[in-house]
Amino acid sequence: MKRFFLLAPLALFIVLGGYFVAGLKRDPMRIPSVLIDRPLPAIELDAIEGFEKGFSSRDIEGEVALVNIFGSWCASCVIEHPMLMEIAASGEVVIVGIDWKDPKGAGALWLRKNGNPYHFVGDDAAGRTAIDLGVTGAPETFVVDANGRIRYKHVGPVTPEVWRYQLRPLVRQLKELEYDVEDDDVEG
Amino acid sequence: MLAELGQFTLILAFLAAIIQALFPFVGLMQRDDGLRAIARSAALAQGALVVSAFACLMALHATSDFSVANVVENSHSAKPFVYKLSGVWGNHEGSMLLWVLILSLYGATAARFSRNRRSSLTSTALAVQGAVAAAFIAFILFTSNPFERIFPPPADGADLNPLLQDPGLAVHPPFLYLGYVGFSITFAYAIAGLIERRIDADWARTVRPWALAAWMFLTIGIALGSWWAYYELGWGGFWAWDPVENASFMPWLAGTAFLHSVRVVEKREALKVWTVLLAILAFSLSLIGTFLVRSGILTSVHAFAVDPARGVFILAILSAVIGGSFALFAVRGALLKSTSTFQPVSREGAILLNNVLLMTACGTVFIGTFYPLFVDIVSGERISVGPPFFNATFLPIIALLLFVLAPGAALAWKRGDLKRACAQFWTAAIAGCAFFAIAAWLTWPKPVAAAFGAGLAVWVFAATLADLSSRIKLGDGPLSAAYARLKALPPSYAGMIVAHIGLAIVALGVLGAGVWRTEAVQLMNTGDVIRVGAYDARLIDVADFAGPNFAAEHAVFRIEKNGAAIRELIAERRFYPVRGMQTTEAGIWTTLAGDVYLTLGERTAGAGWAVRAYYHPLVALLWFGAGVMAFGGILAGFDRLPTRRRVGAPQKAAVLGAAT
Repeated sequence: MKRFFLLAPLALFIVLGGYFVAGLKRDPMRIPSVLIDRPLPAIELDAIEGFEKGFSSRDIEGEVALVNIFGSWCASCVIEHPMLMEIAASGEVVIVGIDWKDPKGAGALWLRKNGNPYHFVGDDAAGRTAIDLGVTGAPETFVVDANGRIRYKHVGPVTPEVWRYQLRPLVRQLKELEYDVEDDDVEG
Repeated sequence: MLAELGQFTLILAFLAAIIQALFPFVGLMQRDDGLRAIARSAALAQGALVVSAFACLMALHATSDFSVANVVENSHSAKPFVYKLSGVWGNHEGSMLLWVLILSLYGATAARFSRNRRSSLTSTALAVQGAVAAAFIAFILFTSNPFERIFPPPADGADLNPLLQDPGLAVHPPFLYLGYVGFSITFAYAIAGLIERRIDADWARTVRPWALAAWMFLTIGIALGSWWAYYELGWGGFWAWDPVENASFMPWLAGTAFLHSVRVVEKREALKVWTVLLAILAFSLSLIGTFLVRSGILTSVHAFAVDPARGVFILAILSAVIGGSFALFAVRGALLKSTSTFQPVSREGAILLNNVLLMTACGTVFIGTFYPLFVDIVSGERISVGPPFFNATFLPIIALLLFVLAPGAALAWKRGDLKRACAQFWTAAIAGCAFFAIAAWLTWPKPVAAAFGAGLAVWVFAATLADLSSRIKLGDGPLSAAYARLKALPPSYAGMIVAHIGLAIVALGVLGAGVWRTEAVQLMNTGDVIRVGAYDARLIDVADFAGPNFAAEHAVFRIEKNGAAIRELIAERRFYPVRGMQTTEAGIWTTLAGDVYLTLGERTAGAGWAVRAYYHPLVALLWFGAGVMAFGGILAGFDRLPTRRRVGAPQKAAVLGAAT
């Protein structure tokens, strides 16, 4: 009896430890977005100061795109910015920037200083679009397919690892699908 | 420069901790007292080094040095100075350093002031403490370095989460950590006792003050946390059974059990195995509590940024510390022999019952906290366990505990007489029943179980006072004689009485705020009135208002009773632009009978502001009672201890003394 009592804590902890190890493999960032596989909400945003055009969800119809939420006030955005510049330079995918809750002119100034990776930049000073997209903080990046559906949401900065192992494979896959769809159209 | 200095001192502290961990063990094996004595100097050095590393981080935050990543991510030049300082521990890296700081300070304090500090028991305990410190300093250095530079430095920072910019939260983590980490000393002594095969009355006397200190700080820390949740989160609650709250509550329950059982070891040299297990459990639960939420294994609203590398590191440390100590317990526990026996009906028996109830309660909290994890791993389903589970399992156990508390505390050691012990409690029992009836009648149709709980709280309160009055023979002879006896009571007994009274007070506050509260929501324009308890709150004016780093809507309410104005109450809704976050600052008017609690919500054009009004009866008792409990803990620490009756090795002790 005493033996059992003495060994019980160790045995219990080993079982518990097994669960913890298994728990490590879970992705804590897996925030279920209700928008996954839903169409991108209709977005009509004005240009930020000093830019000619804004962003409309019609601008990326038929194209795979990354929709990136950023702000000049956001520290992690500085961290992901070089990566976004690199993606833009590679021309692999269209990147849309949504300038979230920035004072007038701040976003443009920030892009002028750090470089502009975006094909389109929309001004979401009031934060309405971010609410429609269910954004919890900046930066966040959505992957939108050619049919205008949201396929993935990444919370936090796009690091080289995130791009290499998560976003780029998905983008490539979606692009292939896109060609398939076009092929079908040609055949049909 | 400061960042590098901080980093450097932290590396030195790591080396000191390794020395502190290794030398006493080598000394133990080679029977070299000089080597063992190094533990004390190493603990002092480690303390000083971690203090200076922490001071460097404080200075970096105070001066807003945006070349340091930690400052960039958590500070902003416009942030009020106090929150620049408290921002040091408002993030993962900084709070880890605070944790290690407190660990090192406890180690240094034990090296300097612990009873038996020159004994081999203490040097072994310091070695254990050093090993834990080395592991966690390594964790900081390799995975969570707060001194990391960023290039190019940005012009300004990301600001601290506005919810954390609050005086309550500035002081809450230090108290909580003082509690959590305090159990590291009891843990270290338990392991040392197992290694040296010395768990006896003297061991208990050495450990008890540390356990009391940790328990007292943890009590205050948890109370501060729930107070913060109450006034800052704006939903009127004080406890949500969130994983992080549970994480702080489980070590408290285990620590409370330990405080009771260590008394049995001290008085009667019984329950040794059980007491050692509780010491290990209290610290293990502290570790699990502090770190699981950071490893990504559990998710919580409180969770800091998560990184899988950290998770693996943390899990390795937890396995080594907890698994290692349980293994040692399994091997050495069999050698611990009680030197006395006791009847089931005795103080020892009562304390054992208290322990079983507390640990069962702790077990229910544990299962409720980890059940979602188990389910997710087994079936991939995401569920959450909410308050209904805890209310249904935890509260009945606590009710039973309250029921047996006073008679148990009145039993004699070794062999008690339940009938005689209970004879003094007739009035208390009647008071409890009467209060139950009145509360049930007053609060109908609220649950009768709550009224029963209130009756129990009054029973504990009255019976504890009855125990005290019979102890000082109040009413038997002149008052001055009773007063003299009151002053002559042993501090440990006085502490127990005060802590038990505090518990009864807390229970009343919990019931008031948790069950008897009333709530109303209403769209209001200026001039409108909302009903709060026995009062009316009239919305006088809403104006815009600019703070240092936020913009706010500032609502002025007038509290009225039967049309007569009593006072004004301000509620605010703040917007912090840097983080893009909103917070509510509830308007709270506290009286002994209850709190009037108003929050300002969204404005709907044309219809007005959504206002929530709560009335929380007795809620102030919750935090007042926690303070009383903590005070009881302090009182009990002033026990005059008998001089050592048995000393392991007096000659060795003398040599140790000469060597340091």
